[in-house]
Amino acid sequence: MTNLELVFPEIFLSLSIMFLLILGVFKKDSSKLILNTSLITLLITAVITFNETLSIQETLLFNDSIIIDYLSSFMKIVTLLAAFLVLLISTNYLKIFRIFKIEYPILILSSVLGMMVMISSNDLIVFYMGLELQSLALYVLASFNRDQLKSSEAGLKYFVLSALSSGLLLYGCSLIYGFTGSTNFNIIANQLSSNEYTLTFGIVFILVGLAFKISAVPFHMWAPDVYEGSPTSVTLFFTMVPKIAALTVFIRFLYVPFLNLIDQWQMILIFLSIASMLFGAIAAIGQTNLKRLIAYSSIGHVGYTLAGLATGSNDGIQNSIIYITIYILMNLGLFSCLLMFKRDNKYYENIEDLSGLSKNHPLLSLSLLVILFSLAGIPPLAGFFAKFYIFKSVIEQSMYFLAIVGLLSTVVAAFYYLRIIKIIYFDKEKEKYDTDHGLWLKLSLTGSTLIILMYFIFPGQLIEVISRINII
Amino acid sequence: MNFPILSYLILLPTIGALFIFFTKSNKENNITFKYVALFTSIVNFFLSIYLWILFDQSTSEFQFVENRVWIEDFINYKVGIDGISILFIILTTFITPLCIISVNNSIKNRLSEFLIAVLIMESFMIGVFCSLDLVIFYLFFEAGLIPMFLIIGIWGGSRRVYSAFKFFLYTLLGSVLMLVAIISIYWLSGTTDLVQLYELGINAKYQNLLWLAFFSSFAVKTPMWPFHTWLPDAHVEAPTAGSVLLAAILLKMAGYGFIRFSLGLFPIASEIFTPLIYILSVIAIIFTSFIALMQEDMKKLIAYSSVAHMGFVTLGIFTIQQQGIEGSIIQMISHGLVSAALFLCVGVVYDRMHSRLIDTYGGIVSIVPKYSVLFMLFTLAALGLPGTSGFVGEFLILMGVFKDNFLVAVIASLGVIIGAAYMLWLYKRVVFGKLVNSDLKQMVDLNKSELFILSCLAIPTLFFGFYPDPLINTIEVSISNLIEVYNSNIMIN
Repeated sequence: MTNLELVFPEIFLSLSIMFLLILGVFKKDSSKLILNTSLITLLITAVITFNETLSIQETLLFNDSIIIDYLSSFMKIVTLLAAFLVLLISTNYLKIFRIFKIEYPILILSSVLGMMVMISSNDLIVFYMGLELQSLALYVLASFNRDQLKSSEAGLKYFVLSALSSGLLLYGCSLIYGFTGSTNFNIIANQLSSNEYTLTFGIVFILVGLAFKISAVPFHMWAPDVYEGSPTSVTLFFTMVPKIAALTVFIRFLYVPFLNLIDQWQMILIFLSIASMLFGAIAAIGQTNLKRLIAYSSIGHVGYTLAGLATGSNDGIQNSIIYITIYILMNLGLFSCLLMFKRDNKYYENIEDLSGLSKNHPLLSLSLLVILFSLAGIPPLAGFFAKFYIFKSVIEQSMYFLAIVGLLSTVVAAFYYLRIIKIIYFDKEKEKYDTDHGLWLKLSLTGSTLIILMYFIFPGQLIEVISRINII
Repeated sequence: MNFPILSYLILLPTIGALFIFFTKSNKENNITFKYVALFTSIVNFFLSIYLWILFDQSTSEFQFVENRVWIEDFINYKVGIDGISILFIILTTFITPLCIISVNNSIKNRLSEFLIAVLIMESFMIGVFCSLDLVIFYLFFEAGLIPMFLIIGIWGGSRRVYSAFKFFLYTLLGSVLMLVAIISIYWLSGTTDLVQLYELGINAKYQNLLWLAFFSSFAVKTPMWPFHTWLPDAHVEAPTAGSVLLAAILLKMAGYGFIRFSLGLFPIASEIFTPLIYILSVIAIIFTSFIALMQEDMKKLIAYSSVAHMGFVTLGIFTIQQQGIEGSIIQMISHGLVSAALFLCVGVVYDRMHSRLIDTYGGIVSIVPKYSVLFMLFTLAALGLPGTSGFVGEFLILMGVFKDNFLVAVIASLGVIIGAAYMLWLYKRVVFGKLVNSDLKQMVDLNKSELFILSCLAIPTLFFGFYPDPLINTIEVSISNLIEVYNSNIMIN
């Protein structure tokens, strides 16, 4: 008998989704109720995950196709909490755009379910199922504001390109299955010795698919358009949540079955990392739309995360996870600000619209200042530590080229963050924005800013939590 | 020592800044803000004087050391001072209150935010001078960019955005390589604790690259020729108080870094690269002095003179002679006082006439006599007239250089003459001569606060010019120990 309680979070979440769907169909005007219930569902799922699985030794379930260990539990909790925060702060935005519908929270829950399956997968088929579940929900979310041309375009573009990458991924899976005779990660690991070089084709195809999902260069083309076109609350979701799951799969896929082939995939990862860091930094300079700029900045940040993975050490994996955690926090703050630039029920998302913000909204600008300097990686803010840990692992492996390119691209990236700060602080002021924001939005901005600002006092806490992740 | 005096020195300005931040701002409060800021910075100054009194001059060991675990098994929060760092701390705490007094005249809008930036800046700078861990040092070193960027960008002149960006990106670019070096040192030696690193030493194989990485950061910050181009821009556009902070303290972080890290950690590489430093310093002294001669903007002239003076400092440091390094430190302290005073002098006339061009002025000696006298004093101190602190520094440096390399010393001495030329010519064009501009007649002489600030800077300039013993006694033992360790390292290899 399998230990069903270990997958109880997933079971609970899927039952809740079905229940909410039925509730939404039969009860009229229930969008608020469903949103609140979804929030509670996410929290409860997080609590269950915390209680049931966090302290569990590594366990394999369902013919070894599902893995429950500290990594999966931790990443699930982060995913759930991030999704919770995204839903919490986007209510007002949805109302204004008249897209406050029952489907919205349900779609988010479904994609979270898909991500949880991805995070726990120890088998190519399970992994692919999770991936498709989350992607399908995300396509719909991207085009959720269907009356707007850009949103529909974003959804369609995302769907077509993502389908292509899924195809590549599946092709890679079938190659690996063909060469090793199994889709299970552990069995693949045991079969490795015989035909290494042919397997590389499979790995490359799967890496392409995964790189597409986390928008690493050169598979990033969809990101700016989709980020710009989607409703801001969905963009927030895109930048934060799917990256966690994709990163986990990256770690699991590279380090469990293919650790012995590190010579084959390390170069690919280094290339992806360097290309993403440089391209993210340079392409963001010319942007005028904040959401597009964030898209390019997120490409850059993915590059740093991959730099940690490219090291091939446990330390590198841990530091990548620290990086993505801090990055999520900074993004939360950044988007909280973005959701505050509202005047007469219209949201502003051009950089020029922030001109002289500091005169009218000193506290909001100060928070944005802290967040932007942190994104640029200036000490003593949290973003610096994230980069510092990454480069610590990179240099430990004597990958100086990667470290120096990475650090030089932070200087280039600093330029466009400084440009936003310049517009906020040095330029002439414009009209005031509304100040009647929801309590949760204000709280999430204050909270994330304070954590970013105060992180240097207790930098050891996060490390301690993450140091329990041992893959190798 | 149970009382963590260094941590208090670092924290106190930040606490003052927080206090200002949480007080609601309105017109009347502006005065309160100033008093709060002034009070915190003066308390900090007395605390640092108290530190100097407690300081034991007879040992080269680090004193007042605090060591706390910060990140388990990785970095400790370790601060402490020796004879080299204490003077810079006092310079910082001395200049900051004067800056705060000077904002009376120059900063019109967003006063509270300006004071917050200055106070936080003070915290970071004290942190730089007393950190005994490479990572902690880097944290403070880089963090100082944020307030300075804002000071130049928000309160600066017409080309402030360009200058602020240039300042930020230049210094950041220099520093990231230092970060690579720091992490590499961690993996080579297993620690970033400076005291342990001094004992362990660093493998000679890697020293050259590490030295160059540190050099890239310090050379930009010093600034050495040819990495100096950000400095004139930053100085010209920064508000007076910003220029003062930049010239008096920020530039000293690099000189301090050269002594503490380049000489202390990489003696073998320092020996190899000494010719490079000599060449760059001599070029800086001669070349930027000539550039200074041609400037039409007073602030720019003083900025270029700063580059030349810092050229003397780097020259002195790499003589690895007792006199040379002592002279460098005294030159840095003296330059901190004198350049601060000169920027304030420019600020005084700028506040009245809103022009920094030398052409605007001329023949103001009879209109503003007090100003002319003090300006004279600082001009002479800048060119190193005996009896001012500038002379002591330059003289000791040249003495050190003569021992080491005759040719370099001769060329550097020529720089002193050009230095005298541009400073005296500046003074002549601004103060003496015919009254060219009838608007100048409206100028009023120094008001009380300006007189107070300039006198505060004049007293130590003269005092240490005649009697530099207190400074030399403080740094002597630490430097002789540094040189001893350095030479023994060279001998072994």
